[in-house]
Amino acid sequence: MLTGDFNIKQEKKIEVRNLTKIFGKKPKKALSLIESGSSKSEIFEKTGQNVGLYNVNFDIYEGEIFVIMGLSGSGKSTLLRCINRLIEPTAGHIILDGEDVATANSEELREIRRKKMGMVFQNFALIPHRTVLDNVAYGLEIQGISKEERDVKAKEAIETVGLKGYEDSKTSQLSGGMQQRVGLARALATDPDVLLMDEAFSALDPLIRSEMQDELLALEDKMQKTIVFVSHDLDEALKLGDRIMIMHDGQIAQIGTAENILTEPADDYVSKFVAGVDRTKILTAETVMKRADPVVSMNSSPKVALQLMREHGISSIFVVNREKHLKGIISVDDAVSGSKAGKTIKDVMTSDVTVTYPDTPLNELIPIIENSSPIAVTKDDRKLLGVIVRGSVLGALAIEEA
Amino acid sequence: MAIPKIPIGDGVEYVVNWIEDDFGILLDIFSDVTDYIISGLNDTLLLFPPIVFALIIGIAAYFIGKKDLKLAIGSTVGLLLIENMGLWVLSMETISLVITSAFLALIIAIPLGIVSAKNEFAYHVIKPLLDLMQTMPSFVYLIPAVIFFGLGNVPGLVATIVFAMPPAIRLTTLGIQQVPKELTEVADAFGSTPWQKLTKVELPTALPSIMAGVNQCIMLSLSMVVIAAMIGARGLGYQVLIGIQRVDIGQGFEAGLGIVIIAIILDRFTQHLTPK
Repeated sequence: MLTGDFNIKQEKKIEVRNLTKIFGKKPKKALSLIESGSSKSEIFEKTGQNVGLYNVNFDIYEGEIFVIMGLSGSGKSTLLRCINRLIEPTAGHIILDGEDVATANSEELREIRRKKMGMVFQNFALIPHRTVLDNVAYGLEIQGISKEERDVKAKEAIETVGLKGYEDSKTSQLSGGMQQRVGLARALATDPDVLLMDEAFSALDPLIRSEMQDELLALEDKMQKTIVFVSHDLDEALKLGDRIMIMHDGQIAQIGTAENILTEPADDYVSKFVAGVDRTKILTAETVMKRADPVVSMNSSPKVALQLMREHGISSIFVVNREKHLKGIISVDDAVSGSKAGKTIKDVMTSDVTVTYPDTPLNELIPIIENSSPIAVTKDDRKLLGVIVRGSVLGALAIEEA
Repeated sequence: MAIPKIPIGDGVEYVVNWIEDDFGILLDIFSDVTDYIISGLNDTLLLFPPIVFALIIGIAAYFIGKKDLKLAIGSTVGLLLIENMGLWVLSMETISLVITSAFLALIIAIPLGIVSAKNEFAYHVIKPLLDLMQTMPSFVYLIPAVIFFGLGNVPGLVATIVFAMPPAIRLTTLGIQQVPKELTEVADAFGSTPWQKLTKVELPTALPSIMAGVNQCIMLSLSMVVIAAMIGARGLGYQVLIGIQRVDIGQGFEAGLGIVIIAIILDRFTQHLTPK
């Protein structure tokens, strides 16, 4: 098992420790077998009990989108429901803000669910006889908040998800995408720290799904909630997840960033899992760029530039200042004619360089690399980080496919 | 070796006698109260002159039926026809009996339906009882009803309640069991109390099914009220009974027609009150 080396300096929001869920009528026997290290299939043979989650341990950090990913039957939905105890865990702890959800009594649990967690469901689960406003206000209503106050908050949430004007609509009149916006607004209305999203976009058609994903990311930029997102769609997981946890058979196969998982799959299961991914969406400029070496200084001469190009067998070279900020590019032809005419670097270079940023996905670079190789990879302040040439993009894709 | 006859009949008789002897006072109180309700309702209905009553129902039908003119006119004309056949007082008596018994049946049936939806054990106890109640010939209920309450409206009402409850219980249970799992999860996930979950999510979602149960309950009450005439319940059923005894086809048919008119009006009203 590989634990992600994600060094964000953030607080742990949720700590899951030794979480186990056994489906069946005699969980105790199965539980003791787990403690003695028996496998899932051994336990099923011996006791007839089905292990849904097998001793799961992980942390979720404050403000991240944590995607739990797996095929059906992998235990991802069970795990999500254990976090707010819609499914009662058989053993283990779920520490939320230092408080153990797993051992909370029904009163405490209700308080946690009301104040700290919101949930969004796969099939929207809107209450059919209520208007949009009353659906969104549900969480506030059961807390006994006055009609005026909850309507104000609910309207804010409705506006946040872009449904202003639909407050009094019946939910059945809305499209799937809009219904799920209502579902999201309902979860946001109580202003919880944690959002649990169970396959929230899986029932939507692909275009709407992608649109909702973008909006969720935009919302998350503003709100900084801790989001636990369950998905069976790897593309979705890679797009949304700050970190992704891949589940297999009730156990964790790997936790890591999208790139971690694509470039260093922990085991065969994960590598098979990610085999079909469209890497161009995941790999970024940073992962395929090469060191920009050599470069030529502004104060140097075309002759030096020519010499460097000859040594390294390249046909153009970037020009930088002393702080390594990109200033321009010189081609072989310009360098030759420039050095003959005794011109300076400034005279012969062109500042017309194609520039990109480290986190630009590869699929955005492929269309432009054909005509504008090389591409400079810079920071926002144009500090040169690296270079991408046509060959390195194709190379990266070829290596990953192999 | 002959197996001796198991004294099922004797046992039931014993239980019935025991209730009769030991709970006589309670039975009397119940009898007085329900009699009071029925006759009170009956007197109230008879306060209106028939033509006024028919018009009120017609107007009510117009609004309940979402401006359905056919229903409005049909209700008014039907009631006037009853008056024309000289069955007005008997009809009001039947309606009082039906409304009272259906109301009492629902007061018992809906909570029972909820309990049996929520509690596995209750479900397994109630279900066979319902099967028994629904397959037992309805005349059989008349016997203990007579023993407990004598002849008259009250035993008719009690037999009717027993007869009309099962579908309301079943449809309430079914309605709540069929609330989508995600919806009950919503109620839980946002921290509802069990009562909030029931009243704000489950019952409203189950309402169409529960209303179908209400409709069935009223319809069965009407059919049983007629049978209950055999033990002295008043109303149109009594008229039918006399028709049978005297082999008077005309009288029997007219009373029957009156029942049909009342049935249609009650059915349409409850159906329109069911949220779609």
